Amino acid sequence: MKKQLVWLVLLLPAATFAAGEEQIRLKDGLGKDLVEANCATCHSLDYIQTNSPFLDRKGWEATLSKMVNAMGAPVPKEDVPKIVEYLDRYYGK
Amino acid sequence: MNRRNFLKGVSGGLVLGGAGLALPRMALAMPVSMGPAGLPAGTLDASLLDALPGKRPLIRRTFRAPNYETPVAYLNDLYTPNDAFFVRYHVSNIPEVAAESWKLRIGGEALQNPVELTLDELKRGFERVELPALCMCAGNRRGLFQPHVPGVQWGNGAMGNARWVGVRLRDVLNKAGVRKEALEMVFDGADSGIAAYKTPDFVKSLPMWKALDENTLIAFEMNGAALPHWNGFPARLVVPGWVGTYWVKNLMSIEVIAKPFEGFWMKPAYRIPLGKFPNVDRFITQETAVNTPITDMVVNSLITNIEEGQRVRPGQSVDVKGVAWDGGYGIRTVEVSLDEGQSWRPATLGQDLGRFSWRLWSYRFKPARRGKLTVMAKASNRIGQTQTAELILNPAGYHHNLIQKATIQVM
Repeated sequence: MKKQLVWLVLLLPAATFAAGEEQIRLKDGLGKDLVEANCATCHSLDYIQTNSPFLDRKGWEATLSKMVNAMGAPVPKEDVPKIVEYLDRYYGK
Repeated sequence: MNRRNFLKGVSGGLVLGGAGLALPRMALAMPVSMGPAGLPAGTLDASLLDALPGKRPLIRRTFRAPNYETPVAYLNDLYTPNDAFFVRYHVSNIPEVAAESWKLRIGGEALQNPVELTLDELKRGFERVELPALCMCAGNRRGLFQPHVPGVQWGNGAMGNARWVGVRLRDVLNKAGVRKEALEMVFDGADSGIAAYKTPDFVKSLPMWKALDENTLIAFEMNGAALPHWNGFPARLVVPGWVGTYWVKNLMSIEVIAKPFEGFWMKPAYRIPLGKFPNVDRFITQETAVNTPITDMVVNSLITNIEEGQRVRPGQSVDVKGVAWDGGYGIRTVEVSLDEGQSWRPATLGQDLGRFSWRLWSYRFKPARRGKLTVMAKASNRIGQTQTAELILNPAGYHHNLIQKATIQVM
């Protein structure tokens, strides 16, 4: 039984190999839709996963601010705190 | 052993075999690690082996923009294969450039005769120059900074050594006539961000002295073949000794200007704090009171054939292999320590391909006692610079040249 389990684990990531961008899935939670809608317009969502979990709330705020002010991300002002909330809760330090 | 590091390599290997894609030799014998254990947990989770068109499976750090890292097993050789060479883009639109219709536009306020060159004209109109040189992303090893800093979380493989063939940028520019008020040269590639949002286009500038250096090339060949699309087809800049950010890919235009270039990717991006690093090359027209553009690479080395935690027997001969490089002064020594840095012994240096290429090195020893053994490597260059024993922190995570440690188990 134990041996079977190990093989199952080993094979699991195979499903994601060479997968398209749609295979990149963020954690479920309040605000995920907003993050997907706003961030994925310009870049894949693995940018969020790979930059975790080491940014605190301030760190994610700074990232959002860079994306909006320097990179031109058209994020509605009222959505910014909701996005930061999600990123901090699910991908924060 | 960090299981997470190795999982994907194993499964990736199985699937790759089925897809009939080429695998690194070592990957058949051992799984490809997603990176050193010091990377953020989220990076190790999100990374996987994936092949861009025309490329072997590399470590995918991000999908769009594409950022793919070369597994360390490929960095064991003098030249890094084109299809294993790392890929780094900043923005998402990367159109394929057709060689037949491509024209390099050369102009700007500080140029006398604007000109457009076809690929044929570029190749035939100027002296052909060959140069071995290391191309390394400024943020190579960013993922190993403690505390972590945001950005692409590279491990050790955002670099590669290649034999570049092209023409001297200065030969091309001198023909077009550079005016004496020229201050910087500006380079733009075919890549772009999302126009509707005004994402800053990836545009870089060089000081005139570096642009007109005899070793700065417009390259159209890499290791005897045309550049892969992902490494800059049909032509890219080769700026030997300087970090990869200046090596503009899929080159479309060059402008010679009389004032400092102001674009996001020059300022505030790609900056290091003033006076913190021992770099020699300065980009004075871009300096501010607090920071300066990153320029030449700091002296550095990498152990390429030891897996963390690897097991050896007492008395068994161990060959430590690696590469060493710097910003173009040349490697003088690589030293290895087996006693936590108390004593250092010289490694054997491989062939010298010139001061811009990396240098292979090796060190053989026989561990006598059972237990954990730490192997450390330290490179020094010909102007007396050496790797740092304490990481020099900076906001964007550049110039990671901390002396590397690899632990093996003698048992």
